[in-house]
Amino acid sequence: MLDYVLPRYRVMRDADLCTSCGVCVRTCANEVHQLDEETGRLSVRNGACVNCQRCVLTCPEQAIVITRWPQVDSGSANWTQETMQDISKQAQTGAVLLSSMGTPKPYPIYWDHLLLNASQVTNPSIDPLREPMETRVFLGSRPEILKVNERDEKVFAPLPPQLRLDVPLMFSAMSFGSISLNAQKALALAARELGTFFNCGEGGLHQDLEEFADCCIVQVASGRFGVNPHYLGVAGAIEIKIGQGAKPGIGGHLPGEKITAEVSRTRMIPQGTDAISPAPHHDIYSIEDLRQLVFSLKEATGYAKPIAVKVAAVHNVAAIASGMARAGADIIVLDGFRGGTGAAPKRIRDNVGIPIELALAAVDQRLREESIRSTVSLVAGGSIRNSADIVRAIALGADAVSCASAPLIAMGCHQCKDCSSGKCNWGIATQRPDLTRRLKPEAAAERVVNLVRAWTREIEEMMGGMGINAIDSLRGNRLMLRGVGLNEKELEILGVKYAGE
Amino acid sequence: MKKVYLGTTHFKEANEMVRAALVEADTVELEDVFAQRYLGCAMAAGKRLEIHGTPGNDMACYMDGGSIEVFGNAQDQIGNTMNAGEVVVHGRCGDAAGYAMRGGAVFVRDDCGWRVGINMKQYQEKVPAIVIGGNAGNFLGEYMAGGIIVLMGQPGEYLACGMHGGIIFLAHRPDERLIAEGLVCEPVTEEGKALLRPLLEQYNAHFAEDLEAPIDESGETFWELRPATARPYASMYAN
Repeated sequence: MLDYVLPRYRVMRDADLCTSCGVCVRTCANEVHQLDEETGRLSVRNGACVNCQRCVLTCPEQAIVITRWPQVDSGSANWTQETMQDISKQAQTGAVLLSSMGTPKPYPIYWDHLLLNASQVTNPSIDPLREPMETRVFLGSRPEILKVNERDEKVFAPLPPQLRLDVPLMFSAMSFGSISLNAQKALALAARELGTFFNCGEGGLHQDLEEFADCCIVQVASGRFGVNPHYLGVAGAIEIKIGQGAKPGIGGHLPGEKITAEVSRTRMIPQGTDAISPAPHHDIYSIEDLRQLVFSLKEATGYAKPIAVKVAAVHNVAAIASGMARAGADIIVLDGFRGGTGAAPKRIRDNVGIPIELALAAVDQRLREESIRSTVSLVAGGSIRNSADIVRAIALGADAVSCASAPLIAMGCHQCKDCSSGKCNWGIATQRPDLTRRLKPEAAAERVVNLVRAWTREIEEMMGGMGINAIDSLRGNRLMLRGVGLNEKELEILGVKYAGE
Repeated sequence: MKKVYLGTTHFKEANEMVRAALVEADTVELEDVFAQRYLGCAMAAGKRLEIHGTPGNDMACYMDGGSIEVFGNAQDQIGNTMNAGEVVVHGRCGDAAGYAMRGGAVFVRDDCGWRVGINMKQYQEKVPAIVIGGNAGNFLGEYMAGGIIVLMGQPGEYLACGMHGGIIFLAHRPDERLIAEGLVCEPVTEEGKALLRPLLEQYNAHFAEDLEAPIDESGETFWELRPATARPYASMYAN
């Protein structure tokens, strides 16, 4: 039977520039570039190329360019090339299509329809180069009444545990198994340097990362991999993972070939078996059950650290978040449907969930209406692309944001969406020692730190322009936002006025 | 030995009292227990609780080597994500006992609820075990990835759905329709008996007095249920 699957990319080598040095052959784990030992000729397997651009960037002569496969489609806007190729793949394999990273579909990105305010004449703007700007945030539950001894200037009622973030951003959960230890270590180094947190995901905390445990949020997901009293005890905070923006409603499945000796030790499961996270936590079928798990973790850690609960942004997210706050969560983490993943069924990633902007606004509004907003901190994630997205998220009601794709891109990720193959040429989404070696944790951490420092400077400048000198004054301050290109319903849900109003 | 009366104390104070007592004595007897949750949560090796009454949900959650004996029935999710230690229940237990349990053993004299042993694991020398003296509810051993379950009575529906590791010993061969695709049910092997016998002996040691007569410890007539492969979903996905 003829294989109907076409290459997605075409790799073009400029014969005038190419010196046949073979760097491209050695760098490509997908074996796109082939060297004929006898003739010394280089050839290309276009079908194996995923467009990770490793060869393009490592070629010393800049002789390689990757383009889309030039085949025209059927001419139908309905039966596009991609739609038909998916059918071919499924007809051939009978399998569920798997993909990675955030959905590439052209859904509305509401961030790009929200414009920021700046001061003019009245309420003068502030120059962050000269004046102090507060970018520090604290995450955790707040007491209903703060009891202060005014003479001693001290709070005397005990405060619930808080996480201190020097920048309003932390790194979202990525497990060892889905990404390499070097990638996790880079995030850990960056988190420590920046005064924020990384999240080890649901795959346990590798022993080499225990020295970073105080700036690590550990996850408890339905598979409970690597969860024991020690793991819970060393962490800065604990996150119960209910769902993930890229794949709401389904569990996780790390295939056996990725369960290497190291991954096995960290997850505490046998080597080579599939690591299956059930779709639900089987001890949580209700808000009351969630409360039970939240408090079991508080009991196990002596009420000394905040418990976060992460959910995917779905249709009834506002009501769910209200339940989460009442279930005793100290931090609610919302993950929008454009968020990334190491592997998800393509149809789920591209069709399930709602945008983070609408979810965040709806949740913040609901918690305010119910007068419980201050009992819980709100973290928004799921495609935070730059500092302006962070400012918008905070103005829509977030205390802080979490992001993962951006720091991975800082380390070298080129969004080729092939993480699930385990052949990441950048050493990020792979466990192959010859590939993970390519990512130097210290050098990668420096790039992530640079990125976040640059973003923080930009946030200070945008806040200063608004006449605001502390992140706290920006939180939920929707008057700092105006909509463009949005309909009335969208404006209503976002709680913002139209530009010009 | 210390004694603590729980009565209607809220679980938070109750667990504080229990923890304080465990600092002073290695064995603590709890009286008048009325469904307080999390008793023995993360309890370390060398510590022991003897519970009279009905302990609440999540008893022995994250337990790390301690031992608990319940003189009565237990509620849901006992031994949740338990790492090591032993739980003995002189009665029945509720749903999801031993959820994601990684080590130690749970002995239940009578029946158990639904989803018992769900996502049980094993790792290196840690091979957790759950022994149920009576019948089990539906979904026994669902997603089971390792460890041992022993069932003396009848299983419910959807036995061992998604099982991809570990072994379930059944006193009676289940109805053919209960053996899901991808599972193999065979008479107990010699290797199986070597795993099974010590658990049956321990069951007798704990409960023979309650039952007035010990059960047969030979394990001769048991059946063992195993997954046909550790990778049941290997060909389910395509990039």
